[in-house]
Amino acid sequence: MTDRQNAAMKFNGRVWIVGDNINTDLILPNKAFYLTHEEQAQYVFHANRPGWAQQVQKGDILIGGHNFGMGSSRAAARSLKNLGLACLVAESLNGLFLRNCVNFAFPALECQGISTAFSEGEIAAVDFAAARVDNVTRGTSLSGKPLPAPLMALVQAGGVYQLLEKEGLIAPRAQGA
Amino acid sequence: MGMTIAEKILAAKSGRRAVAPGDVVTVDVDTVILFDNNFMPNNWRDILKVADPEKIVVTFDHRVPAPTQQAAAAQVTGRAFVKKFGIRRFHDVGHNQGISHQLVADYGYALPGSVLLCSDSHTCSAGVFNCLARGVGGPDIIYAAIKGQTWFRCGETVRYELTGKLPAAVTAKDAFLQIAGVHGAHATMNVEYGGPGVAGLSINARKTIAAMSAELSAEFATFEADAVLEAWMRPRNPAPFIPVKPDADAQYLAVRKVDLSALEPLVALPDSVVNNSQPVGQARGTRIDQAYIGSCANGTQDDIELAAKVVKGRRVAAGVRFIVTPASQVVYRDTVASGAIQTLLEAGAMIAPPTCGACGGGHMGVLGPDEVCITSSTRNFKGRMGDPSSRVWMASPATVAASALTGAITDPREFLQ
Repeated sequence: MTDRQNAAMKFNGRVWIVGDNINTDLILPNKAFYLTHEEQAQYVFHANRPGWAQQVQKGDILIGGHNFGMGSSRAAARSLKNLGLACLVAESLNGLFLRNCVNFAFPALECQGISTAFSEGEIAAVDFAAARVDNVTRGTSLSGKPLPAPLMALVQAGGVYQLLEKEGLIAPRAQGA
Repeated sequence: MGMTIAEKILAAKSGRRAVAPGDVVTVDVDTVILFDNNFMPNNWRDILKVADPEKIVVTFDHRVPAPTQQAAAAQVTGRAFVKKFGIRRFHDVGHNQGISHQLVADYGYALPGSVLLCSDSHTCSAGVFNCLARGVGGPDIIYAAIKGQTWFRCGETVRYELTGKLPAAVTAKDAFLQIAGVHGAHATMNVEYGGPGVAGLSINARKTIAAMSAELSAEFATFEADAVLEAWMRPRNPAPFIPVKPDADAQYLAVRKVDLSALEPLVALPDSVVNNSQPVGQARGTRIDQAYIGSCANGTQDDIELAAKVVKGRRVAAGVRFIVTPASQVVYRDTVASGAIQTLLEAGAMIAPPTCGACGGGHMGVLGPDEVCITSSTRNFKGRMGDPSSRVWMASPATVAASALTGAITDPREFLQ
């Protein structure tokens, strides 16, 4: 994600599709816990879709089903971001997972009907702030549920650590957080 | 308009007269719990100031005793944090250690009406104490430790009215699997547990249901307060509290009755906790390699004593590893004192130190390729306890213990009547 894209929160990319109830053990398995953030990203869907993480290109968009990100509180959203995904659009987002998307400034949008509006490999255009998702390939579009304003502001500020660092409340870290 | 328990606490803690579904509120946090994973070299951000060290609890639970150098490094960082800010409620490896959610019960850290945060998803366990407890992200915990506040999005509430009394060999885990099996996920919703059946459930039994409510993807899981709660809390925490009752005209998305007396032992099939339950009889005979009792959901004194009752005078089947993990050193000592640990050891169980351990596939009982486990822990997701090809069935401690004896999934009523 470039800085310009980050500011505008508009993304254009090839989509990947996964089903309902994707849990965070699948996104960040225990065996990757001790690795660097970059290495952890290579384990996304290691158990259910081995080799997938290696096919993802920077700027790709992930489409999910209901209750995406259920389960553990681990920093799974951070791995999706570090994998290079521009954003996530799901039928619904697990409440705890949504917190981590906001915490790590990974744009994630709830949008009913999304899982049947795309085939894998088609191109999506996502306007995150407006909660609008276009299927560029088919020329169709859907409206999602905008993030509440205070949460949107946190995402735009770069997440919780950026905010706390700016306020001098946590020490800066050279490695990305 | 009337409010549910969750709505009333959200309103009180955000300084509003009322809170309704859809509201995003900033609330004051009473208790912030940090554990070893927060301090891992790839997670930790050095905190320069905390709002109030008296509101912070630190424990090491996920990887205890340290199985790797990184886990050991996390503990070094954690101890330095505790020292730097003078945190008194510190549960280092040793006498007072335990899984954070068990410590909340052992030491009375969650008073009715309070707000408690921890970045473990099963933090809703503390909802057994009529408070708002939520698992959040690691950055949320650092934020709350520094600022003393957090945000919540209020959801609709579903209320479960429990009636009747559980039959012999049927446990709170089975009651939970009944709810999860029939009603599935409760994403974005609060769950509230009440009704006359609650009085017959111990705090430990209620805690199983509250902890497992994470698997419903609930925002908050909250029990009503009663004399049983009061009797548990008083010797552990003498601070005053006011129980929070739902308003008579509280608005619920649904009110559902669960007759505890009509339940039977259930199992959840591998890969999903919700929408995946069946009577134990239908899984009968499924061969197992490992049987596990432990975790924040089922590592209590009740659970370990129930398992001991099942295996008393018997031996674990050849080829089966039966691993029992008390959830805290308090539970460990209490179950040594009651003789339950001795009984389990004689039957052939391995007793692990208090840790989240095998529940998350971390250590102390990780599964290999194609192995089958029956567990009374919190999750049965694919690859959760080890190799992605391993299979995890979920059941009560009684069913797990009975299965350990026969080497295959077994109805505990064969051993407990």
